[in-house]
Amino acid sequence: MGALSVFDQLEPLLPKVAKPIQYVGGELNAVVKDWDSAAVRWCLMYPDAYEVGLPNQGVQILYEVLNERDDVLAERTYAVWPDLEAQMRQHGVPQFTVDAHRPVAAFDLFGVSFATELCYTNLLTALDLAMIPLHATDRDDSHPVVIAGGHAAFNPEPIADFVDAAVLGDGEEAVLEITDIVRDWKAAGRPGGREGLLLRLARTEAVYVPRFYDVDYLPDGRIQRVVPNRPEVPFRVHKRTTMDLDQWPYPKQPLVPLAETVHERYAVEIFRGCTRGCRFCQAGMITRPVRERSITAIGEMVQNGIEQSGFNEVGLLSLSSADHSEIADVCSGLADHYQGENVSLSLPSTRVDAFNVTLANELSRNGRRSGLTFAPEGGSERIRRVINKMVSEDDLIRTVVTAYSNGWRQVKLYFMCGLPTETDEDVLQIARLAHEVIKAGREATGSKDIRCTVSIGGFIPKPHTPFQWAAQADPQTVDRRLKLLKQEINSNRSLGRAIGYRYHDGEPSLIEGLLSRGDRRVGAVIRRVWEQGGRFDGWSEHFSYQRWVAAAAEALEPMGVSLEWYTLRERDQHEVLPWDHLDSGLDKEWLWVDWQAALAQVEQDDCRWTPCFDCGVCPAMDTQIQVGPTGRKLLPLTPVSR
Amino acid sequence: MVQRIRIRYAKRGRLRFTSHRDFARALERAVRRAGVPIAYSAGFSPHPKISYVGAAPTGVASEAEYAEIGLSRSGSPEDVRAALDTVLPDGLDVVEAVVAGPGGLAERIEVSRWRVELPGVDPDRLQAAVAKFTAAECVPVERLTKQGRRSLDARAAVVRCEVVRHDAAHPGGPVPAGGTAGPREMSGSLSRISPPSGLGGASCAILDLVVRHVTPSVRPDEVLAGLRVVADLEPPVPVRATRLAQGTLTEHGDIVDPLAADREGDLGGRPST
Repeated sequence: MGALSVFDQLEPLLPKVAKPIQYVGGELNAVVKDWDSAAVRWCLMYPDAYEVGLPNQGVQILYEVLNERDDVLAERTYAVWPDLEAQMRQHGVPQFTVDAHRPVAAFDLFGVSFATELCYTNLLTALDLAMIPLHATDRDDSHPVVIAGGHAAFNPEPIADFVDAAVLGDGEEAVLEITDIVRDWKAAGRPGGREGLLLRLARTEAVYVPRFYDVDYLPDGRIQRVVPNRPEVPFRVHKRTTMDLDQWPYPKQPLVPLAETVHERYAVEIFRGCTRGCRFCQAGMITRPVRERSITAIGEMVQNGIEQSGFNEVGLLSLSSADHSEIADVCSGLADHYQGENVSLSLPSTRVDAFNVTLANELSRNGRRSGLTFAPEGGSERIRRVINKMVSEDDLIRTVVTAYSNGWRQVKLYFMCGLPTETDEDVLQIARLAHEVIKAGREATGSKDIRCTVSIGGFIPKPHTPFQWAAQADPQTVDRRLKLLKQEINSNRSLGRAIGYRYHDGEPSLIEGLLSRGDRRVGAVIRRVWEQGGRFDGWSEHFSYQRWVAAAAEALEPMGVSLEWYTLRERDQHEVLPWDHLDSGLDKEWLWVDWQAALAQVEQDDCRWTPCFDCGVCPAMDTQIQVGPTGRKLLPLTPVSR
Repeated sequence: MVQRIRIRYAKRGRLRFTSHRDFARALERAVRRAGVPIAYSAGFSPHPKISYVGAAPTGVASEAEYAEIGLSRSGSPEDVRAALDTVLPDGLDVVEAVVAGPGGLAERIEVSRWRVELPGVDPDRLQAAVAKFTAAECVPVERLTKQGRRSLDARAAVVRCEVVRHDAAHPGGPVPAGGTAGPREMSGSLSRISPPSGLGGASCAILDLVVRHVTPSVRPDEVLAGLRVVADLEPPVPVRATRLAQGTLTEHGDIVDPLAADREGDLGGRPST
């Protein structure tokens, strides 16, 4: 633990807060290293509650990759709930790591992984509790370098004031290279101080240091240009891509918490990237190209992961798991291997086809067929052509009926509302689709005991997607359509009874839209919201729309822009977007062409099965598609003891 | 299921903040990682055969928690104990294991003995509060439950409530006045309990409690609430409570180890029927 631990100060506070175990650490496979023998020290944060952050794969992978190095130490911290925050402020306890309860401010690097923009206020809480100045330019050599990562880091401009740097893309190799730079800089006597280090990082062209770029604005509020303000700094910063996932079989030592968390399972990422080309999907766009993990590597990871963790559930994760070239063999092989072992296997099943049902059947041989999830995303075939979700209504009905016929009783369908070009009619089609699903299901099974849940949320245009230019629908329109849809579903009482309806209000989506496509001026909004108590904005019980609207009015309108300007405004082809200097590999020309294709309702095929359509990623990043089949077999694995 | 093993486990140090549900998940995973041949329930979603008797509240340490594990293959209880203890984190420790004999475990547990450290409380002040508490016939206290405030009597279930004086002859574990010799194993565990921490040299009173298991339950929190009611005793910092033992009560006030009967009946580790 060492002299640095603040646990003695924290411990008396724990009986006063909810779920104290989340602050205690002691997870299986957690690592506590000697402070003094580490040359470089990282604190990694997932800026949400422990129960959400602990299972995060990204943080677990980086934690392990870093701690495997002898001279590197990595610990973790998570957002503390307001009850503990109040206690910590009252008693002067700083933001701490859960591993050895060291103060975050003592580390060299503070890496924060943003899966969603709604965690930005939690970053400010953590910085403030850590006694690190909120503004990056107020920090001195004694403070950690604050680095943002994760999908939201592809447009870190709204938090540019608060972070020293951002890394785009895969982190495995990036954190090691940053570690080397920091080690060398420290060993050389910290030449140039904090700015000297940031310059060394910026020169790699793989670390974005916002302070080295100036943003100029046009009189109408749009960005005129973003340019480096010193000669050594590159004009564009490129995303990182980890190739050959078999070389990175992490997590090998999965963290197993004592506290209850949202995912209690061992997760294997069976491939990274997706070229299905759904135009709303930022994850699919920014993680290209597709890189598969081989069937044998998957098998070894599953076996090792279960042994190391004691979990009885395994998730085969990716953006579209049924698309793995050897997924059928993976599923049947694992099902064979773990038959009778009380290990349950799951595939996030969103692809709408009968093959997906076959896979799900394999994984549920032991009989647990509760529910299957499909994501048609759009209610009408027209809107599905706009978003490039190539599913015909016949496909969908056939798939769902297959599921019901195979003993699945509950099917969940995911949709979005507020998509570009959407009309009321497109949304109302969802009701018709759901009615058809129930009718066909009852016919096929001869049973009334089947259900379907329609789950729908507001669409948010995201950077680095063909929809980055689109106008977001206003919350009133979204909420009105969601209400109409509910009425339409229930217009047939017999069918409506078998249909569950879950929806998300439009208001939080508008704020997420502001944070997603915002520029540096939005930082003032985040700060104001945080100062007024904004915390845990991803949690409906903590989120306040009014607080965001008021803060946006105060902070943005004096600058001639507004919440609506950032969200409801369609951009034209030549507008400089806040993230244009951040290179996801996607060619902006191609994104524009795909946006125009969307408006013309023209679909785009997947480059795994059709010729390259020049999205730009592979040549720009010097990468290529890595897919099987390898022809290898999952077995033999070491037999499980029975 | 061919064999039932009963274990005593401890919840120590910072892992006293594990809730009962947290411990149950950790034990199920430990069973899988240790390769203990656990029996599963039949049915649509099989679950491992583990049952618990009571559970100390979250934040309260314990030297005497009990669970029963069903095995699909008989084995030595010591092997099971050692295997589980190895894979569980330090602080969740499996201390003892015996083959279950006839009779239920739950009926051998009717009282708990607790040690409560009150850092920053003067022992004389505590003594006065305890005197008022024990003199009362009924001490109504309120507890906040999910259903709202609920009133209960903190007094009737309390069999013993005494202030422990630090005894130089027993620096590791203060012996309560009038000494209760519990089972040997348990008095052994007393000496492993660290002295009160956190307040350096400041005074720290220690309370020795024996409380019957009743519904609604009366545990150290309720007794402390009772001391607040009768004597305005308000500890300046959170107290640290530890359950030292559970069992039945003899007429002399001793606590009978609930595994003693199993241990006597266990002749050479043969599986029970």
